[in-house]
Amino acid sequence: MTRTILNCGYVPLVDSAPLIVAKELGFAAEEGLELNLVAQPSWSATRDMLALGHLDFAHMLSPMPVAMSLGYGGLAGEIDALMVLSVNGTVFGISSKLADTLRAADVALRFGQADHILPALGALGIAHLRIGIPFHYSMHRLLLEYWLQGQGDLSGLKIEIVTIPPPRMADAVEDGDIDAFWVGEPWGSAAVARGAAELVLPGNAVWAFAPEKVLAARHEWVESHKDEVRRLLRALEPAMRWLDTPGNKPLAVEILARSEHLNIAPELIDPAISGMLTPALGAPPVPVERFLLFHQHAAHFPWRSQAAWIATRLGAPAKGIAAAKRCFRSDMYRDALGPTGVDLPGASEKVEGSMRHATAVASSRGHMILGPDAFFDGKLFDFDAGK
Amino acid sequence: MNRDLSILVVEADPQKARDIIDALVEAGWSDVHALAQTAGLEREIKTRQPDIVLIDVANPDRDMLEHLSLASDSKSRAVAMFVDRSDEDLTQAALAAGVSAYVVDGLQMNRIKSVLETAIARFQILRQLQSELDAAKRALEDRKMLDRAKGILMRQRGVSEDEAYQLLRKTAMDQGRKVIDVAQALVTASDLLS
Repeated sequence: MTRTILNCGYVPLVDSAPLIVAKELGFAAEEGLELNLVAQPSWSATRDMLALGHLDFAHMLSPMPVAMSLGYGGLAGEIDALMVLSVNGTVFGISSKLADTLRAADVALRFGQADHILPALGALGIAHLRIGIPFHYSMHRLLLEYWLQGQGDLSGLKIEIVTIPPPRMADAVEDGDIDAFWVGEPWGSAAVARGAAELVLPGNAVWAFAPEKVLAARHEWVESHKDEVRRLLRALEPAMRWLDTPGNKPLAVEILARSEHLNIAPELIDPAISGMLTPALGAPPVPVERFLLFHQHAAHFPWRSQAAWIATRLGAPAKGIAAAKRCFRSDMYRDALGPTGVDLPGASEKVEGSMRHATAVASSRGHMILGPDAFFDGKLFDFDAGK
Repeated sequence: MNRDLSILVVEADPQKARDIIDALVEAGWSDVHALAQTAGLEREIKTRQPDIVLIDVANPDRDMLEHLSLASDSKSRAVAMFVDRSDEDLTQAALAAGVSAYVVDGLQMNRIKSVLETAIARFQILRQLQSELDAAKRALEDRKMLDRAKGILMRQRGVSEDEAYQLLRKTAMDQGRKVIDVAQALVTASDLLS
């Protein structure tokens, strides 16, 4: 059988795992697809290559299709998110120098608790904080800004958010170019392994269920290539199920490390996959529940309310929020995966932040477990209110 | 034509940076500077306030430029991305040549077009030279690998150099592989066994 070749752009991060596993374990081949995985040097490049038709699909930061569809940023274009490729998986870290300063002033540092850190800086004479993120239109920035807004009065502190390519985050924090960072794995663990930084928060401490990467494609291409789209979704779903099966995790780390696609040492891939994060050099690893999800809790379902949350945080007006919802293609997801027996949630929107615990909801096969999806400040986002 | 634009070229390879600057200077622009280390990019842009920044499409620092172009800080002059749909042909040509550009918002297209065309032409030449260089390097490495494999066969099987090559070629043909791949496998196996 001749296989359909699909050009898929990805940025070599741990959360590109679904594409690599779909290719390496033959899930793509079973659907008659050959995935040509093309590593991208930056998110800007990924966006340009996808928008200008040099790629069919791309592993993208979840805010990118929304931003592009709404015309924000360098290059606009109608881009759809066909499924969520990963939920959570980011970390907030501070430089070892800042950590030492805090400790010397008796400010305790415990991974997962960070609300006391920024208010403590004023008393230490620190008035300026530079924080590195990987890209402007990233969940990293949205989570960071959301968290900062909830930190009370920070008027004495000037916070500057700058973009640093993730592979250079460890250098930047070591050289004192930045004081803190919000980054995806393996780059947080890589900075810790070098003794340059300490982790203070996993991303899911701010939002328990944040869509991190999505599978993106041009809207017009999706409409004219529905068969390819269905087959790719059907190849990725079992790959993601495989990745989230506890017994497969050591093998997953091995496959990702050995594949030519990542070029990352196994010990730097392991923390994200196993959920055992080492917050500081020499410290014991800390288990983080739901650190990175590919499949559990319907992780890959593209909730329209997730797109709405992103659009809201990007400052979109009501019309923009409606347009954003349309680019998270839960309709296409249902169309592709429903016939294969994948359990589907009864609705395509939820009240974001409403689940403090894992919750059973109605689904096509009876019920499914969703959440938790709470925000650190307990806020609720209902984008369907009043309709 | 108006040639008073301030141009910043971000390029780590000094020879390549020199080449691009020369091309632009020859074409009449005089205010052209290169920046090698990317750590100072943000500061450099704030001090120089270039009208155009030229950077390799594959340079990861593009993400940083994107951010600067979106920052509303009045001290950093807004740079907006060139690669948009206003001139699809030029955009595709730039992408193919491997150059991206960031320009001050509101700058007239006709003022930057010739800069872009000059840069695209030069990037194309450099890309071609690079791929020729890569091909030459690869050929040299293949040659060395083939020589090592032949040497192993000559020692182990007591055959002549020509016979060793014929053996490699026949094995490759029988297995539907490339001669160089068979040579590589032989060298690897031999390294493991020795």
